[in-house]
Amino acid sequence: MSITEILFYAFSGVLLVSAIGVITARNPVHAALFLVFSFFNSAVLWILLEAEFLAIVLVLVYVGAVMVLFLFVVMMLDIKVAEVREGFTRYAPLGILIALIVVAEIGSVVYVKTLGQEVTPVTQVAAEAGYSNTGALGELLYTKYLYPFELAAVILLLAIVAAIVLTMRRRAGLKQQDVGAQVSVRAKDRIRVVKMPPVIEAGEKQS
Amino acid sequence: MISLNFVLMLAGILFALSVAGIFLNRKNVILLLMCIELMLLAVNFNFIAFARQLGDLGGQVFVFFILTVAAAESAIGLAILVVLFRERKSINVEQLDTMKG
Amino acid sequence: MISQSVLLTIVLAPLLAAILAGIAGKVIGRAGAHTVTIAGVAIAFGLSAYVLKLLLVDGAPIVNQTVYTWLVSDGIRMEVGFLVDNLSAMMMTVVTFVSLCVHVYTIGYMKDDPGYQRFFAYISLFTFSMLMLVMSNNFMQLFFGWEAVGVVSYLLIGFWYTRPSAIFANLKAFLVNRVGDFGFVLGIAGVAYYTGSLDYATVFDARDAIVANTMEIFPGVEWQAITVVCICLFVGAMGKSAQVPLHVWLPDSMEGPTPISALIHAATMVTAGIFMVARMSPLFELSEMALSFVLVIGATTAFFMGLLGLVNNDIKRVVAYSTLSQLGYMTVALGVSAYAGALFHLMTHAFFKALLFLAAGSVIIGMHHEQDMRKMGGLKKYMPITYWTSAIGTLALIGFPGTSGFFSKDALIEAVHASHIPGATYAYWCVFLGVFITAFYSFRLVFMTFHGPERFREVAHESHGESNGTHLTSDADAGHEPDTHEDHHAAAAHGDHGHGHGTSHDDHAHHGPVEPHESPWVVTLPLILLAIPSLFIGAVTIGPMLFGDFFNGVLFVNEEHDVLGHIGEEWHGPLGFVLHAFQQPAIYLAFAGWAAAWFLYIKRPDLPAVIAGKFSALYHLFAKKFYFDEIYQAVFARGSVGLGTALWRVGDVALIDGAAVNGSARAVGWLSGVMRRLQSGYLYHYAFAMIIGLSVLLAWYVLR
Repeated sequence: MSITEILFYAFSGVLLVSAIGVITARNPVHAALFLVFSFFNSAVLWILLEAEFLAIVLVLVYVGAVMVLFLFVVMMLDIKVAEVREGFTRYAPLGILIALIVVAEIGSVVYVKTLGQEVTPVTQVAAEAGYSNTGALGELLYTKYLYPFELAAVILLLAIVAAIVLTMRRRAGLKQQDVGAQVSVRAKDRIRVVKMPPVIEAGEKQS
Repeated sequence: MISLNFVLMLAGILFALSVAGIFLNRKNVILLLMCIELMLLAVNFNFIAFARQLGDLGGQVFVFFILTVAAAESAIGLAILVVLFRERKSINVEQLDTMKG
Repeated sequence: MISQSVLLTIVLAPLLAAILAGIAGKVIGRAGAHTVTIAGVAIAFGLSAYVLKLLLVDGAPIVNQTVYTWLVSDGIRMEVGFLVDNLSAMMMTVVTFVSLCVHVYTIGYMKDDPGYQRFFAYISLFTFSMLMLVMSNNFMQLFFGWEAVGVVSYLLIGFWYTRPSAIFANLKAFLVNRVGDFGFVLGIAGVAYYTGSLDYATVFDARDAIVANTMEIFPGVEWQAITVVCICLFVGAMGKSAQVPLHVWLPDSMEGPTPISALIHAATMVTAGIFMVARMSPLFELSEMALSFVLVIGATTAFFMGLLGLVNNDIKRVVAYSTLSQLGYMTVALGVSAYAGALFHLMTHAFFKALLFLAAGSVIIGMHHEQDMRKMGGLKKYMPITYWTSAIGTLALIGFPGTSGFFSKDALIEAVHASHIPGATYAYWCVFLGVFITAFYSFRLVFMTFHGPERFREVAHESHGESNGTHLTSDADAGHEPDTHEDHHAAAAHGDHGHGHGTSHDDHAHHGPVEPHESPWVVTLPLILLAIPSLFIGAVTIGPMLFGDFFNGVLFVNEEHDVLGHIGEEWHGPLGFVLHAFQQPAIYLAFAGWAAAWFLYIKRPDLPAVIAGKFSALYHLFAKKFYFDEIYQAVFARGSVGLGTALWRVGDVALIDGAAVNGSARAVGWLSGVMRRLQSGYLYHYAFAMIIGLSVLLAWYVLR
């Protein structure tokens, strides 16, 4: 048993424990922090699985951005923990049952059906000098997967726009400029020429 | 040498845990979102394990895309959550039954 | 050489006239309508006669050509084509001649009818359809003509469509004919199935293909295919030619105007079945069983339908029953393979029966649309032309020696006598006794109508109100207008009587005794024109048609069935035939019938009522027409109404409306009520459903 494997098993155990922490934490803030912890663990595991770039991305994007967003929302919203926790155990047996079934099924897929393992694993060649996981991934992304990559960019843009539109609030009584109305305005809407008959008072003429 | 089966089982257990999490935290939308993130993580494990097993970086590319989409999803999900809370002053799912038939 | 354009002109001239009179009837007016249609039919008649002359005198070759190919489907060609041989040419000439007479006659008969142009359009259309039928060279066009004459017949029976009885009658004719046509279509389908063609010549060449086959209609019973095909075809003929048990529509068809009774329901359309069977003689000859079937049906019709003529009092219906009976005679001739005899009788019958019908129509005009013979009598002195012509027709009908009917009928009876196929003995007795009955009812008609006391006076005086009791009438449009009949003999003597020139032809309120009068020349001229062939055509044509080579190459008779050839050995010219007849019993039976009619209706007019009283059961059986109508009404009409009701209740209301339509709606409602409970609106329920579904899917994959 090499050092890699020992590390892998250890971090796997920690990952599962922190995942249990996520789903059972009383406080959403704790749950979010447990999730951050599991992400870190995953990142370590991915490095052990030779996916260095993704491990870094996971930490940067997920822990750095998404989880911060989660924490931010959790803290911003005034969540009544007692209310959302009530009946916590009501569905617990069902959840555990389903979870066990899923585990059993995946286990049977993996061990009985040996899905996807009919392909002989590529002989693990020691990475040659100068091999870069990031570089290889980038080469693939910008050639073979260029269109999906662009699409992913569009999806992200869409997410940005959607998030802004959803959360933008129009406050009542706020004075705003209406550019369309300004452009389409006409002169006669602005100025009203009023014709008035000259009124000459009786006394004025004499003076 | 880390065996493929071990990684797959790890991902399966992680997935099952997040399923159970959905059942347990059925009222808290934030936790539901977190469980979904956890599920996606489990799936990503599979991709990475297979990418390594088969020596094909395509799996990792997919993980990349999944991360992208998941980020977008959680951004929008949280935005909806914020709007929802603003409307209802609560994120209790039990009170969200306007879809009732 | 007969050119195609001549044939096309024969067919299309009446069609064009019909279209003109039918569509532009209002524009061209009454005179225009009858001019156009008479011209069309006259052209057709002239050219038909010309074609006949070309064939007979100049020896032109037989025409068998396709004019137009409608469609070709899987090797079966559907075409419009003409086959003009002696048979077709004879039929064409007869049809157009009778049609021409009827056209002229109609000018007088329908004079005051508002549907004048429509009527002319219909009868011209009929002429077209009938010509298409007889000139066809394939089954498809035969069927077209078959159905087209059926449609026109339907339209004309219901010509006075405001009368419920007419509508009932035309519906009846249509439905009964459907039964026959169903058989006919099956027969044609059988022919096409076994030979792969609809063309006569091809089918007759390939007839061995039919003979070789057998089919199993009911399990366990093998039928020869040729027998089934022939019987199916003959079922079509039974419908069209009104053979028992599909005869019920013909008496009722007398609801139509008299000219069409003469043209369609006596002379031409009803003989289409006879024509068709004769045309199919190469097929029928191959199946003795089918021939026996034809023979028995025909014999039954000939005898039993004649019986019904004995008791009827409606002048047109008596003639109608005699038509049924004579059609039975023709069918019998077909059954004994004397096709030439059948066609010969068809031709003579066309002339004298059209004559009788038109004469009856003339009487009806003269009696102001009174059809009940009990209210006639003594018309001889008022309507001399009508009397003498109908006497000629009657003599021809009973087979008075020398008249055309004599030759055809006597030859026919001889042929039956000489035949040996199963059923021939029964058929012989039927047609033999039928002679007596024919003579009896024919002269009963003549005596009741033209001789004896002038009963119309008593009736008119006694009960004005009841005189129309048997008709569906309204006295609404009683005529007070001045008399417009030009040749009204007795009008001066009875200034107070009025004609009803109303819309409906039997609506007459008589404000005085009916005064009969001779009909105008347009009515009597066709009578005279028809009387001439009724008298003489038999003597002229019997030689070539029956015993000569007129039908050589057209009709096909097996050696062992050739009864006409057998008779022909003793053939010594028409005169010899007449003399020979006096050694046969049939002619004495005819005279006996004549004498019996004279005794009962002239000598002792009180006796018929006594006899009817004595044999009241039999009398009722006849008066009720063997209860055919009642049985059909009870079994088929009520049966189908019952079936329809049952299908409506069970099939429509319960199954389709209840189970299928409302049931599915209710099922959807119930299901959605259940589903509604699933739609709790809670997000996590949906999530649970997804997860459980996922695990089930996985389980299915794993455990598969």
